[in-house]
Amino acid sequence: MSSNNNQAGFLAIELDGAGYANLAGAVLAAESAGFHVATFKDAPAAGRVNALQRAAFAGPITRTIAVVPEVDTVYTEPSHISTQLASLDYVSGGRAGWIATAAESPESAAAVGRTSVEGAALAQEAAASIEVGRRLWDSWEDDAVIRDVATGRYIDVDKLHYVDFETPADFAGTPYSVKGPSIIPRPLQGQLPVLAAASLVGEGLVPADAVDAVLVSAPTAELLAAEIRDVRTWLGAAVAVIAELDVVLDSRGQDAGARLVASTDSGRARFAGSAAGLTELLDSLLREADGVRVHPAEVDVDLEELARLVLPELRRRGSLREPIQDGTFRDVLGLGPAQNRYSTSAAAVAAGK
Amino acid sequence: MTRDIFQPSGQIQFGIFFQGVNSGTIWKAEESGSQTDFESFRHIVQSAERGKFAAFFLGEGLRLREHLGRPHALDVVGRPDAQTMLAALAAVTRNIGLVATQNTTYNDPADLAHRLSSLDLISGGRAAWNVVTTDNAWTGANFRRGGYLDHADRYKHAEAFVETAKRIWDSWETANGPARHIRHEGQHYTVDVTPRLPRSAQYRPVLFQAGDSPEGRDFAARQADVIFSAHPKFDDAVEFRRDIVSRSVAAGRGANAVQIMPASEFILAATDQEAQEKKAWVRSLQIGPQQAIAYLEQFWGRELSSYDPDGPLPEIDPVVEETSETRGSGFHGAKARQLADQWRAEAKDKGLSIRGFVTSKTARIDSTFTGSYSAVADHLAEYARVGAVDGFNISPWLIPTGLDDIVNHLVPELQERGVYPTEYRGTTLRENLGLETPVRSEESVRVS
Repeated sequence: MSSNNNQAGFLAIELDGAGYANLAGAVLAAESAGFHVATFKDAPAAGRVNALQRAAFAGPITRTIAVVPEVDTVYTEPSHISTQLASLDYVSGGRAGWIATAAESPESAAAVGRTSVEGAALAQEAAASIEVGRRLWDSWEDDAVIRDVATGRYIDVDKLHYVDFETPADFAGTPYSVKGPSIIPRPLQGQLPVLAAASLVGEGLVPADAVDAVLVSAPTAELLAAEIRDVRTWLGAAVAVIAELDVVLDSRGQDAGARLVASTDSGRARFAGSAAGLTELLDSLLREADGVRVHPAEVDVDLEELARLVLPELRRRGSLREPIQDGTFRDVLGLGPAQNRYSTSAAAVAAGK
Repeated sequence: MTRDIFQPSGQIQFGIFFQGVNSGTIWKAEESGSQTDFESFRHIVQSAERGKFAAFFLGEGLRLREHLGRPHALDVVGRPDAQTMLAALAAVTRNIGLVATQNTTYNDPADLAHRLSSLDLISGGRAAWNVVTTDNAWTGANFRRGGYLDHADRYKHAEAFVETAKRIWDSWETANGPARHIRHEGQHYTVDVTPRLPRSAQYRPVLFQAGDSPEGRDFAARQADVIFSAHPKFDDAVEFRRDIVSRSVAAGRGANAVQIMPASEFILAATDQEAQEKKAWVRSLQIGPQQAIAYLEQFWGRELSSYDPDGPLPEIDPVVEETSETRGSGFHGAKARQLADQWRAEAKDKGLSIRGFVTSKTARIDSTFTGSYSAVADHLAEYARVGAVDGFNISPWLIPTGLDDIVNHLVPELQERGVYPTEYRGTTLRENLGLETPVRSEESVRVS
C-alpha cells in the first residue's frame, strides 16, 4: 500500500440503513453501482441484527463486492469471532474483512455480566482479540488438508498448530489464554483484512502492523484531507487509509438541506448537496486516501443518486477504479498473499529442502 | 380430545444433519467433495429443499478432536461456524429450517439469544437452536471464560440459559416494541439487558435438544420443541416416544408438544441386493485400516500401529492411567483392562479382525436403514402410522451428493404412500413442523 496520488481509489458504502428486510436489494444495488466494499455497522441499537450475519447473507448473492462487518472485540469471545470471520470468508468466496471495534458500552457490559471496560483498556482488548484471530487463521497451513487415501490421513497433522495465546502481562482485563488450533481451516484469503478506526491504532493502542487499513474521520469535509495526510505521515505506507464521509444528496426533487433534518450527528465529515458537488469532493479525497467510505443518509435514496450520477463520473475521470471481477478483499486493498507465521513449508524452503 | 393423549400425525419429515467431523462422512471416495466450500453446502441444502426437507442442521465442536495428544487426522477435520453458514444459506433457500448447534457453556445468553434472533429475522422465521452443553475444561482452553462446570451442574446451567434466552425472545410487547428489561442473576452468569430485536415470523427460534439421560430427557420435555434422539430403531423409537409423552405431560405440556427426530443413515438402491453391496462399500470407506487401529488406540491409550488391522485384537493390555475422558478419547483407567478382555473375547467369538470388530462397534447398526427405495419406504410408513417418530434427521455419508438418491427416489415413494409432505405448509420452520406458536410467558411480562 502506498500513498496513491495518481492511482485510482476504491469506494465503500455503509449499508446499515438497509436493515435486514431490504438487505439483498441494497447490496446488489451497491455492487452493480460499482462499489468495492459494503460495510455493516454493529453497535447496540433497537432493530439492528447481527452485522456478521448480514454480511454472510450478502456473500453468496454477490460476486465482486467485499462484505465487511463490524465485530466488537471487548465483550465477545475471540475464538468465536475468529471462526465466524473465517466462515464469512468461505461463504463470500474470499471477499470478507473485519472492522474491529472497541467502543465504551456499559450496556454491552451489563448484557454479559462484565464490568464496563474504559479508556486504554479498550485498545488492549482489541489488540488481544485481533492477535487471537490472526493466529487462529494461521493455525492451519494452506495445504493442511491432504486427503491422502494411501495413508488414510485427511489432514497433515504437522501443518496444524497450537496458537497458545496469552494476554500480555500489562493486560488490564481478566487475563485469558486460547489454545487452538482453529476449528475451521485457514480462510480463503489466508488473513482477512482487518480495519479499525484510526483513533484506535498507534503507540500504546492497537499496533499499526495489526491492521491493514484505518478509517479516518474529521469534523468537516475541509479538515478531512489534512487529517488523511496526517494519518499517513505517522502510520507509514503499509496501512491503507480510508476516509469517512456522511452523504446527503439532492434527490427526488428534494434539496439535501431539507433532508438533513432527519440525519443525526455522527462525528464524521458530512457532504450535503448536489451529485456534482459530491463528485468533486470524492475526486479530491480519492487523490489523498486509498478509499472513501460513504455513509448514505438513506440507503435507497442516496444510493440511487450515487449509482446514477456520481460513480460513473468518477470512473470517467480516472479517480475511481473498476471493481475487480472475482477479486478478494485483499485485492481491493492491494495486499499481496498473506504470509503464514507458522508455515513449515517456508521453513523447509529456507532450509534448502 | 384431551391434550394429554398422544395423536399420531400419520406423517414423517426429514432433516439433514451435516455433521462432518466423524467417521460417518466418507472423504476417500472419488465423489467426496469439499467440506468447507460454500458450493458443497449450497448443493446439499438445495437438494434437501427440493425434497421438502423440514430442516438443515449444522453441528459444532469447539475444539478439534485429538488422538494421543495431537489433532485427529483420519476423519474429516474442520468446519464452518454454524450461524454464519446458515445466514449465508438463508440467502439461497426459501423454506427449509436452519438449525444451529450452539453450546450453552461457551456463550453468553444475551449475545447468543441476539444472534439467534438475527438468524431468525434474516431467514424470515426459519431459525432453530440445537441446545448442547459441555462441562470440560479441555474445550474451555479455547475460551476466555474457561467454562469448566461440574458435570452435575451442566443441565441446571443449560436450563437457566435457555430460560433467559426465552425471556429475551419474549420481551417485545408487540411487533414494534417496547422491549421489557431482562435481568438474570444466577450462579453461572449475570444478564442485564434491554433486548433489541422483535419477534420473528415464527415468534422465536425453534428449540432442538439431544440429551438422552433421564435428566436430559426431562430438560427436553420442559424446554424443547424437537428432540434430536438416538432411538431410530422401531421398537426403541416407540418406547422413547412413550417415555417423552409421559415426561412432557408431567411437565404440563401437551402429549404432542415435543416432536422426535432420531439421527439416522440411509443406504439405498433400486434393489435390496444392491443396497447391501453398497453398504459394504460405504463401511469399508468409513472405517479404513488406519481408523480401525486409531479407534482401539483411544481405548488402549497407546500406539498400536504395529498391529495388523486384518489380524486379531492386540494381546497387550491398555495403559492404565487416570486421564481425562474429555480429550475426544475413549475410556481409560482401571476399567480399560476389563474392557479389553471383553472385546478380545467378543472378537474371537465372532471371528472378527480388528477392522471388522471396529466396524461393528462404530457402524450405526441401529440407525442405518438399508434396502430398496420401496422396502425402506414401507418400513418408514409404519413409523408414520403409529407415530413412533415425527421424522428422521439424516446424516449423509457423502458430501455434497449424499441426499440425491433420497430426494430423487425415496421421497416420491413416501409421498405416494401419503406419509410425507408434497409441499411446504408455510414459510416458517414452526409452520412446517406443525408446532404451536409459543404463548408469551408471565415470567417475562413481570417487570423486574
